[in-house]
Amino acid sequence: MSLGKPLPHDAAPLHVTGQARYVDDLPMPGHALHLAFGLSTVAHGAVTGMDLSAARAAPGVVMVLSAEDFTEMPDCSPSAHDEPLLALGEVHYAGQPVFLVVADSHLAARKAARLGRITYAERPALLTVDDALAANSRFEAGPVIWARGQSAAAIEAAPLVVQGRMDVGGQEHFYLEGQVAAAIPLEGGDMLVHSSTQHPTEVQHKVAHALHLPMSGVRVETRRMGGGFGGKESQGNALAIACAVVAARTGRPARMRYDRDDDMVITGKRHDLRILYRAGVDAEGRVLGIEFTHLMRCGWSQDLSLPVADRAMLHADNCYWLPNIRIESHRLKTNTTSATAFRGFGGPQGMVGIERVMDHIAHATGRDPLEVRRANFYRAVPTGPGTGRRFGGPQSPKPENIGPQTTPYHMPVEDFIGHDLVAELERTSDFATRKAAIAAWNAGSPILKRGIALIPVKFGISFTLTWYNQAGALVHVYQDGSVILNHGGTEMGQGLNQKVAQVTAAVFGLEAGHVKITATDTAKVPNTSATAASSGSDLNGMAALAAAETIRDRIAVHLAEKHQAQASEVIFVGGRVRVKGADLGFAEAALSAYQARVSLSSTGYYATPKIVWDRIRGTGRPFYYFAYGAAVTEVVIDSLTGENRILRADLLHDTGTSLNPAIDIGQIEGAYVQGAGWLTTEELVWDGKGRLSTHAPSTYKIPAFSDRPRIFNVALWGAANREATVGKSKAVGEPPFMLGISALMALSDAVAACGDGTVYPALDAPATPERVLAAVQKVRGHV
Amino acid sequence: MADVSFLLNGTRVDVANAPPTRTLLDWLREDRGLCGTKEGCNEGDCGACTVMVTDTFGAKALNACILFLPQVDGKAIRTVEGIAAPDGTLHPVQSAMIDHHGSQCGFCTPGFIVTMAAAHLNGATDHDDQLAGNLCRCTGYAPILRAAEAAASQPIPDWMHDDGAASFPATSTGAHTSAHGQAAAGVATPRTLDDLATWYAAHPDATLIAGATDVGLWVTKALRDLSSVAVLNGIPDLAMIERRGDLLRIGAMVTISALWAAMKPLHPSFAELLRRYASVQVRNAATIGGNIANGSPIGDGPPALIALGATLHLRQGDARRDLPLEDFFLDYRKQDRRPGEFVEAVTIPASAPALRCYKISKRFDQDISAVCGGFNVTVENGTVTAARIAFGGMAGTPKRALATEAALTGQPWTLATVEAARIALATDFTPLSDMRASAAYRLTTAQNLMLRYFHDLAGAPVSVLEVAP
Repeated sequence: MSLGKPLPHDAAPLHVTGQARYVDDLPMPGHALHLAFGLSTVAHGAVTGMDLSAARAAPGVVMVLSAEDFTEMPDCSPSAHDEPLLALGEVHYAGQPVFLVVADSHLAARKAARLGRITYAERPALLTVDDALAANSRFEAGPVIWARGQSAAAIEAAPLVVQGRMDVGGQEHFYLEGQVAAAIPLEGGDMLVHSSTQHPTEVQHKVAHALHLPMSGVRVETRRMGGGFGGKESQGNALAIACAVVAARTGRPARMRYDRDDDMVITGKRHDLRILYRAGVDAEGRVLGIEFTHLMRCGWSQDLSLPVADRAMLHADNCYWLPNIRIESHRLKTNTTSATAFRGFGGPQGMVGIERVMDHIAHATGRDPLEVRRANFYRAVPTGPGTGRRFGGPQSPKPENIGPQTTPYHMPVEDFIGHDLVAELERTSDFATRKAAIAAWNAGSPILKRGIALIPVKFGISFTLTWYNQAGALVHVYQDGSVILNHGGTEMGQGLNQKVAQVTAAVFGLEAGHVKITATDTAKVPNTSATAASSGSDLNGMAALAAAETIRDRIAVHLAEKHQAQASEVIFVGGRVRVKGADLGFAEAALSAYQARVSLSSTGYYATPKIVWDRIRGTGRPFYYFAYGAAVTEVVIDSLTGENRILRADLLHDTGTSLNPAIDIGQIEGAYVQGAGWLTTEELVWDGKGRLSTHAPSTYKIPAFSDRPRIFNVALWGAANREATVGKSKAVGEPPFMLGISALMALSDAVAACGDGTVYPALDAPATPERVLAAVQKVRGHV
Repeated sequence: MADVSFLLNGTRVDVANAPPTRTLLDWLREDRGLCGTKEGCNEGDCGACTVMVTDTFGAKALNACILFLPQVDGKAIRTVEGIAAPDGTLHPVQSAMIDHHGSQCGFCTPGFIVTMAAAHLNGATDHDDQLAGNLCRCTGYAPILRAAEAAASQPIPDWMHDDGAASFPATSTGAHTSAHGQAAAGVATPRTLDDLATWYAAHPDATLIAGATDVGLWVTKALRDLSSVAVLNGIPDLAMIERRGDLLRIGAMVTISALWAAMKPLHPSFAELLRRYASVQVRNAATIGGNIANGSPIGDGPPALIALGATLHLRQGDARRDLPLEDFFLDYRKQDRRPGEFVEAVTIPASAPALRCYKISKRFDQDISAVCGGFNVTVENGTVTAARIAFGGMAGTPKRALATEAALTGQPWTLATVEAARIALATDFTPLSDMRASAAYRLTTAQNLMLRYFHDLAGAPVSVLEVAP
């Protein structure tokens, strides 16, 4: 049985020997061309002149294309048809592609791309959320507002009001493999595209549109990405389209990869935002009413900003029952790169807001932050048959006091396990003892201060774009018993292929290694969804399961007939197929079925049940289920410099019944460090002209090796998903990212320890040494 | 153009007419079709392109993206494709990375494998330092650490000794340089100091390539064409550290790695600063001479060296002159260096027990300083008798804090004196704001580092890096 085994990533042996191929490693047919964009140097303006003669004359250059070379400019947007491949007379951010160099080498293309002479009539650029608000520059007609209850009245009536503002920075994906695509022209005008993308079908769709081909004329293949994290959900479209356009025009293969600096300047990042909050609380710190305003900086084009901002709103509650709530979300249009999907897809931004509020309430009420959080938790509701609790008797509690509470969007929280999970983490992390020890240590340490925090996570699983919640798979069993698997998901390092292979192998009673995993290919499985929203194994695992079961059942029927048994009596286990007295190897069974003219190939299909969602009104059940987790982080800060470090992290995370515990723990460890990086060292800085200053790893600092917690304990909660997911597992890609919020809250705790307790640190993110020092000075009354 | 020969995964390779700034990475991937070595950033900051280079000094990890072909002439190179045995037997670090789930997307993995294999070969188990130059965005590093720890106890595979035991291919020096080491077409590979002095005096517009950790970016990022270059890593005299009585003379081509090793017993605080100087791959290439001659206001060597009272030795043709290091830095990116003149060495005292060096950056490892301070205050009988304090990141050059020093000198070594010095420090510097820090943060932190220094000398814990969980 392969399900649930902690097997290594299927490609690990290829990774460690350098044999794993990424798009830039693929041998190209002869005469391949290489592409580079010439970029806008201003944030907003009209192009008044474009002299590309020097670029055209540069060594190795084959052609240079700009707007005038297109009768219809291809569009790259995944949503609103507002991203021309090359600027159309006007530029909207510094870094926008304006012209395209086609050359015989990557370096020649890059060099020529610097030789364009473009003049602009600059226009005022909207760079900040304040700029955009003042100009009413936004997507959608006005802010999206979701409300439940009477927030204003509840706040008015509350004994204590906590209010504040939090600025939260964006985040560069920094996938180690930059954006890359290649296009190979096929006969009859068809096109083969290799793309480092999380969304091959979207690339297929956009390339087909650009080339005026039906989707059937474009085949997109993605073997693997060198990291995605949401940054390859839509941001790879431009490269694929550019390659396809050039390949179509020249009849030659074309490849394009962004140099790292270009990648960071051109492509979108996590949305930064400002959160305004106002909460009315009681003496125990319970939230009676709360209001949030999210000012999301979306950049110049719509991209995926609307669902990202929606998901921020959908996670403004995290684990807390908020009876009276109003959330106002502004999707602001600015002259900056278009913010895009990034692990959590707005969820982290929404969640960090409510965690900030909890931290602030604890400070304002003088109560323990964990007790404040617990006082606001959703009710645990194990009800119904088998739970030992029934309604209706004279002594029963009233249903309204024991049934599930609902999220601000009216979805019952039926599966809340936060109480038990947090209690377990408190125990395993020795939380109370360490908290006391830290207080004692701080009392004797004037310069260095420690802090500790525990935060819970509840993350909704499903695409809020409901039709994305479907998947297909294709499984073949060959006559020698070997198995090949294809599904609509893409492999970006998350171990999706390994998990789906384990699911597939288990159906046939085989070991996972028996199942060959192949590149995602739009010609094999059509109409795929982006591999995103943590949904990869939920969706594709179920689709592959269906495909494999179809084939297995056909083999079973065949063998049952042959051996005068019922199909249900045919057992697939340990690489053997047993029925009555017969005991066949799987290969024998496959050969027997083949020779009996039984089809050994099947597609499989899955659509997530139960979900209904009205995004305009903000009501429904957008999520099939929730994934939970909790984290304790301990930090130390230097009150003289603001330098800070994570000393220890204890994570307990809910992945249901894990399909592969090793892969799940890897996701959790990596997500935590990435989440902590978002809130600590990773700072995006734009200059006053809207140019990104931090466009390379020399200036943009993702966590390095020694930044991982000194002590790093990670455990799985292990209880089965109550919903009928594949193997009763839960999605794991995004939820643990938000465990990193505990690092920010621990820093807040350490900063607070520098003062006398009268001033709340109100630490913004990312908490660089500079921001930590500023907060220290604030709590010490120095500013 | 240069003719270059080296061993590549055990096989001799001769490259004729290599452009002098062709990077090893591009050559491997584009010309040789060895695509295991990855380009992650093309500026030496991510380690995805790490290769192992062995010469008479031993085996070391280097970033292939900023390594020019002439720099590897006569050396042995091992890429990720050459880490397993020829029969496919995996190296212990490869097996451990599989067993401990150390790869996810796999793109950084080849670089990690090579760095880990080089560390394994050298017996290095300070994994945090060895792997600081390899970025991973997927794993959070924990499984990679587990793999490195597991592999450390495994024996070095036989085949990993081959490069060190190999007789290196004859270098091409004689083939394309004149008696003075002059290149036929723009690349000089001088073998002696005199050769270099003569050649550079005749070619004052040429670019000297020491470790190429900065010049590399002129090529890969600024896309400059360097028509005339001299590669200096073939001059043994430039790579020596000599003890002369109470002084230490450090040759310009001494790498930061070698300097770090030399400083550990003599100047532990300077050594700790050098530990955080970029990454192992960069330290293995970068030289102290390059760090000085480059004149960057944020180079980490000069503040410490100035605090030590370093003397710089310059040479132009047959002429030599010495000057205090602080006088070398005239203005932003402008140094007191004459045409055809080069940095030969720097001399520092072998002992300075009160020296402390503090580096402030967003990230501890592989980051450029926002502020870097060197403090060296002599206290006799409770009174400050001498003070040398210098900062990087606070001005257009590495700069001494003269007013601060004056506020200390002759005063009792007390908190009150330090407070006065903190105020004086504000008159020494008018720092700038940039993406690393604001001017206000730089000034406040520099002032606070004065306070840290006071507590540090008194033995109080002052660094978050020293706090155990």
